Amino acid sequence: MSELFYDAAPNATRVAPERPVPRHYPAKPPEVILFGTCVVDLFFPEAGLDAIRLLEREGIQVRFPANQSCCGQPAWTSGYVAEARAVARAQLELLDAGLPVVVPSGSCAGMFRQHYRELFAGDAGMLEKVERLSEQTFELSEFLVHVCRVNWQDLGSPTRVALHTSCSARREMNTHLHARELLDKLSNVERVDHDHESECCGFGGTFSVRMPEISGAMVKDKTQSLVASGADEMVTADGGCLMNINGSLDKQREAFRGRHLASFLWERVSGERKEEVA
Amino acid sequence: MSARSNILNKLRAGLAGATPRPDDFDERLVTEPWQYPPEERIARLQNLMEAVQTEVHSVRGEDWPETVAGLLARRNLNNLLYAPETGHGTQLGDYWRSTEQAIELLAYDRPVEDWKDTLFWSVDASITGTVGGIAATGSLVLWPDRHEPRLMSLLPPLHIALLRASQIEDNLYTMMQRHNWSSGLPTNALLISGPSKTADIEQVLAYGAHGPKELVVLVIEDE
Amino acid sequence: MSQRIPVTELTGDFRQRAEDALGDDQLRTNFRTAMDSLMTKRADAFPDEEEREGLRELGNRIKARALSRLPDLLEQLETRLTENGVQVHWAETVEEANRLVHGIIERRQGSRVVKGKSMVSEEMEMNAYLAERGIESLESDMGEYIVQLDDEKPSHIIMPAIHKNRRQVSRLFHDHLGEPETDDVNELIRIGRRTLRRKFMDADVGVSGVNFAIAETGTLLLVENEGNGRMSTTAPPVHIAVTGIEKVVQNLRDVVPLLSLLTRSALGQPITTYVNLISGPRKPEELDGPEEVHLVLLDNGRTGAFADAQMRQTLNCIRCGACMNHCPVYTRVGGHTYGEVYPGPIGKIVTPHMVGLHKVPDHPSASSLCGACGEVCPVKIPIPELLQRLRQENVKNPDEAPKVKDGGAKYSRSERLVWGLWQQLNTRPLLYRLFLWGATRFRKLTPAKAGPWTDNHTAPVPARRSLHDLAKDHLARQGGR
Repeated sequence: MSELFYDAAPNATRVAPERPVPRHYPAKPPEVILFGTCVVDLFFPEAGLDAIRLLEREGIQVRFPANQSCCGQPAWTSGYVAEARAVARAQLELLDAGLPVVVPSGSCAGMFRQHYRELFAGDAGMLEKVERLSEQTFELSEFLVHVCRVNWQDLGSPTRVALHTSCSARREMNTHLHARELLDKLSNVERVDHDHESECCGFGGTFSVRMPEISGAMVKDKTQSLVASGADEMVTADGGCLMNINGSLDKQREAFRGRHLASFLWERVSGERKEEVA
Repeated sequence: MSARSNILNKLRAGLAGATPRPDDFDERLVTEPWQYPPEERIARLQNLMEAVQTEVHSVRGEDWPETVAGLLARRNLNNLLYAPETGHGTQLGDYWRSTEQAIELLAYDRPVEDWKDTLFWSVDASITGTVGGIAATGSLVLWPDRHEPRLMSLLPPLHIALLRASQIEDNLYTMMQRHNWSSGLPTNALLISGPSKTADIEQVLAYGAHGPKELVVLVIEDE
Repeated sequence: MSQRIPVTELTGDFRQRAEDALGDDQLRTNFRTAMDSLMTKRADAFPDEEEREGLRELGNRIKARALSRLPDLLEQLETRLTENGVQVHWAETVEEANRLVHGIIERRQGSRVVKGKSMVSEEMEMNAYLAERGIESLESDMGEYIVQLDDEKPSHIIMPAIHKNRRQVSRLFHDHLGEPETDDVNELIRIGRRTLRRKFMDADVGVSGVNFAIAETGTLLLVENEGNGRMSTTAPPVHIAVTGIEKVVQNLRDVVPLLSLLTRSALGQPITTYVNLISGPRKPEELDGPEEVHLVLLDNGRTGAFADAQMRQTLNCIRCGACMNHCPVYTRVGGHTYGEVYPGPIGKIVTPHMVGLHKVPDHPSASSLCGACGEVCPVKIPIPELLQRLRQENVKNPDEAPKVKDGGAKYSRSERLVWGLWQQLNTRPLLYRLFLWGATRFRKLTPAKAGPWTDNHTAPVPARRSLHDLAKDHLARQGGR
């Protein structure tokens, strides 16, 4: 963090960090760790499995450390720093294995890459690990595009999809560009825009239960613009947004649904048509 | 303890141990995107000002009083507020007398308090000089003074401004540097970039909010 | 004016007001339309991303430089202004600031004040203070005038009456000014112009805000489109400018990028119609302009924000309003829901220092942390990061010495307990896997109602098997680990 400040005194007036330089991507590694995320673990496990399959298809061996749980984001965004730090510390110890860590969720990857620094500010020992993890963390679509440099044959039938990107991931890591690039590689997939595409779906973690009125209005607008987009379905690389959007669509008795990007991609490239396990 | 010392002390305590940040002002960021070849400056200023409902005319140095008379006649106006002690005021006065214009010339030659009612309600138009223009934003620069007071460019529904083409600068930064603004500013310096306007109701743009409803710029070709 | 309770005094908490606003279709349409248009205008005003980002960085550094020398610059400003004949006053609280303003008016035996737009005077609730003392204090910005006529507060810092449509304005002018009703916006503006011009002429004192106070030259810079700011600072015999102590910049040239950032971020304009640089009162030989110019420098919690290097960044703000224009929450609930002078994202991070978290306990939570505000902020205030920080201060045990005024406003032992359990769950792998096992095995027992979540969603049902389970099986088959 030292580059953020002109002088390191605790009272120094802060300036905005330098604009991030474009990330340098490594060559495709033989082995990676998958951090599944707690939401995928419990609610969208198939998406996690599809992420593993996609990586294996690229000839990469995937490790899934059994002791992983949550990145700590819910407590962090709720202001419970000590609790978030304890959980983050556990993941850090676990994931610090010298392997790339692939995360099928933009906001959790962003937690590793951006917010762990704030969480452990002042703890030099931990910050060293944080920097290593930050270097090694890749959001799934980013990893597929820039590290695996995938080149796929689309085995699915023609379809139109709308893409939704988690706001923090979009702003912290440009994940919308990576996901677009992946979708654009699929010859039978037409990507359609939806109204106010870059606007938040209203999830925001605990925001959705602390401010249900506002969050509800946001997700209603989001789902309605998705339905009106003419897409056959929505895809997203973020479990939180997916839970929010699908839960709202279901409540509104809309037939339209969203799907995790990993599952959508696996279906297109494997030719397997899977029914969602309800 | 006074409010002043309390505030300053708290601020100083907040800065304890820290050093002031250096002045790393990068002037390229405010100049390079806003540079134009001389022949494009007038066009840019004109385009930007016309986009905000300003009338811009190019005139020759000796002809502009005639243009002014024409502008006023077309609008059926009764009077024109001017500054007789300025160079352009003298030129206008001479033209008015020699051509026996019917439109009354009002000289701003006494304190506002002496004729507030007239100034606020009965002046149809005014004419002022400018100290220059800014191509980047389509702006006029005015430095009102004893001879050409502040309210001249504000109260009348029509404001006519004279702008010398040679005094149009690329951007505000260049204007400030060229005329060394930081070494001394007048009581009131103004940038004017169109007639007064508001979009406070439903974002509908309406001209003539509190200041002039119309702004006419006469660009005097002098180079 | 009628004795209606100002909106800021309305009872009900943030969530209640939000719910009311969300149910008001007219209000939501007014805001959505206006904010969409303002977002488009801003985007069009910054066609070159490289130029925009370079300018934002410069803006950020200029403000940081000014803050890093703030006490010195304030003293320099005072010296220069005094040399120029401007009288400088300091106020720690809004009460003090009001007393100062009232004192000046009283000394001049004034009874009529006309005001240009000033958010600091809104902080002070100056109109009410002066009205109680028999002084008419009238807003002259068209939007401000409209909300004042209706005994309301601005709902947006740049577009105060954005929540009203033309029919509502027409009705207001009819009821208060006896004007015939009209749907023509131009006619409504003509009415405002006519009514207020009389007030400008008769005013004893003009009050304005300040956009930038330049220490180098002792200059107050004001931007506006209507001409009411120039009227208020030129026509009456006395001009009183009120501003926050954070508005000072070091050098005249510093305002060049800040001005460009301000007008383009706020309204998508390359520049406002008027940029008014005031460096002193009327000189003896001059024929107009105020005989006296005063500057009131207000603290009102700013030194509190300044004391914390992270929260100090809130003082970068140049009050452009872009963060609210781009905020999905503000767009839906409008400015009045916040119940304070500064709404939207910037309001959430500056208000606690002014009024304390006890008064705005829900503000830090009223954000999905989507980051749109920080992305557009012309001076790069990390708004989401600061909201996050406020959340921390908000839930602290008051004994833990919170660093923000009234920190610990949302301290809750039971919530802390829940997060403690969450921590246990997520740091003890066996416990976590036991939880997964239970949640997936007993998924059918998921209640149909799950707190506020099921207000907007069906209940989330866990999958049949967790990823932990699926991955273990799959990787065993693959011979993985």
